[in-house]
Amino acid sequence: MESMPNIESKTKTAPKQKGSKDLPLPKEKLLQIHNLMVKARSLEERLIKIYKAGDAFFWIGGPGEEAFGVTLGMLADKGKGHDHDWMHLHYRCTPTLIAMGMPMGDSIRLIMNKATDVSTGGRNFANHYSYPEWNVAPVTSPIEVQYSTAIGTAWAQRRAGGKGISVVTGGDAGTAEGDFASCLIWASRPGNELPLLITVQNNKWGISTNYDSQHGEKHTSDRGKAFNIRTEVINGNDPIESYLKLKEVMEYIRQEKKPVVLEAQLSRLYGHSSADGANRRDEPCCIELFEKRLIEWGLITRKECDDIKKAYDAEARAEMEAARNEPDPEADSIWDNVYVDNENGDWRKF
Amino acid sequence: MANMAQAIRMALHFAEENLELKDVFGEDVGAPLGGVFTATQGIKSAWNTPLDERGIIGCAMGVAMAGDRCVAEIQFADYIFNTIDLLKMAGNTLWATNGKQELPMVVMTPNGAGIRGSLYHSHSFDAHASRMPGWKIVVPSTPLDAYGLMLSAIEDPNPVMYLNPKALMRVRGEELIPGEPADEKELKSMIDAPIGDRSKWKPKWPKLEDYRVPIGKGKVTREGTRATMVSYGRTLIVCNQVADKLKAEGIDVEVIDLRSVYPYDWQLIKSSIRKTGRVMFVNEDTEVTNFAEHLAYRTTQELFYELMARPRVVAAKNVPGIGLHPNLEDNTVPQPPRVEAELRELLAETP
Repeated sequence: MESMPNIESKTKTAPKQKGSKDLPLPKEKLLQIHNLMVKARSLEERLIKIYKAGDAFFWIGGPGEEAFGVTLGMLADKGKGHDHDWMHLHYRCTPTLIAMGMPMGDSIRLIMNKATDVSTGGRNFANHYSYPEWNVAPVTSPIEVQYSTAIGTAWAQRRAGGKGISVVTGGDAGTAEGDFASCLIWASRPGNELPLLITVQNNKWGISTNYDSQHGEKHTSDRGKAFNIRTEVINGNDPIESYLKLKEVMEYIRQEKKPVVLEAQLSRLYGHSSADGANRRDEPCCIELFEKRLIEWGLITRKECDDIKKAYDAEARAEMEAARNEPDPEADSIWDNVYVDNENGDWRKF
Repeated sequence: MANMAQAIRMALHFAEENLELKDVFGEDVGAPLGGVFTATQGIKSAWNTPLDERGIIGCAMGVAMAGDRCVAEIQFADYIFNTIDLLKMAGNTLWATNGKQELPMVVMTPNGAGIRGSLYHSHSFDAHASRMPGWKIVVPSTPLDAYGLMLSAIEDPNPVMYLNPKALMRVRGEELIPGEPADEKELKSMIDAPIGDRSKWKPKWPKLEDYRVPIGKGKVTREGTRATMVSYGRTLIVCNQVADKLKAEGIDVEVIDLRSVYPYDWQLIKSSIRKTGRVMFVNEDTEVTNFAEHLAYRTTQELFYELMARPRVVAAKNVPGIGLHPNLEDNTVPQPPRVEAELRELLAETP
């Protein structure tokens, strides 16, 4: 059995009565968060099924990160250019992109390597999205490199002086890479601080290696303190706490033009990837925990929760069936986009 | 005439005034030093970074993602190796996103030997760079080409690796950069920072003009019919010297300055080899899996029956480093005597 951080929710002011004015967030917002979390979960479970059915070579993704990921996506200022937020995400970012408006079908076509995959054209793994039109940097497999590239977009935004910030996400194990230290150093240069939200999704695992066996620091975010960076630790399994704290720190970064390191402690529900089975693990499920509260507060019923799940399961399945009939990449397409405007990349044709 | 460091400096100034170059950054590139070779002295957008090569390359990628133009410097090519996965990523970003995410960035790094720089200030990176598809790689050998290649690199929508030869940074050119004053003392007084306190110094830039060297286009620096030497960077100068020596003996050898390692000007190479029937590729990176071996391979594949002699690759000996003592360095990277000997052997070979 895998371990989980013992973080209690800080949002204990929950009302018992439906319609209470004491809700931590408006009812509509709570239900929107829930809806998007379920949508992201349905999609990830479909991706795993696609892999297990032999329609994909590999799965990696983010089931278990919906509470944090969805709320991050909801709060991102989506758009293109310096005045919108830049998102440097890692390969567990499906919940964030669902919340930003990514259609389920985009993710399904990506894992099935279809020519219609809008992120990579059938070239890359599941969850390796690319949406430059939304300032979403390409997701890559090398661990932690996004913490270095985030420096650059944040620098460009700082120079532009607008309201856009950069956000970077990654796992706890990756913080051992030098790029995490680079990010802290470059984000905190005196007089040149960067508008950068540096997040760590701490699921306590690096594939099969436990966090506690490799890290002496209590919290990964503590490393920010050495650079005079504001740090936060949240229960990333709690969508309300995630939403409220992310909102607070993102507003701080926009206002102060300074970085924040935020560690979200959360679950890894289906292991690292298909390489270790992609089977459900005995860890707390953020959706189950959230639904329990929503039902207790009288904001939704069990049946309504189940109906939402069924509807998204059906949508994901339909998208998969549609994608199956779509074309695969042409073999000769390997020469496409080696250089901009398809300038010849084949030395045989120089 | 400007030297190469001054030429790069003038190109960067022209680009920040005319090509929307927003950032020039790296270790010690800003005031007061302006780069260890002074190539960024007086550049208003130049700023100093932490001593962190990975941060420099990552920052450049991010700036480029955001759509701004930048030139990032790695102080010596010898120190670029710990960034190689980021460089690979920069090269594959357009491809991995099926054309969606462009990375218009320039990485400038002094390359090669010739300054008695020992193990970690003498290395070459051109062979490694040539194994990173998606990058364009340029190597100037004259100040004018350094100027023209830099402007082309900055405006190119792809990542461009700009390998400026360390040994040539102080070598003056034979051609004026458009707008450059003819008197080199006048130029120096305008754009070279004074020794000592520089806190109030500002450069007085000449009225520079646009000048481009197209990436992928080489040039013939010595015309000849007996053999072809293909080179770039410091060893191009060596090839010119050797060709001039043989010319005095009545042996005319063609020399091609490739200027771009990738994409490379195969049509120029091919037409020359067809004329001479003999070819030697010269550079100073280590000889095993050297980029020149690819050119030699292609020569045998496409021109085998037109050759009068085996193609030669003259490169650095395949040893782990370049030793400090001149006996060691000179026996490692190609020098005029070795290039001349190899050339004479090539000329003497009979089919």
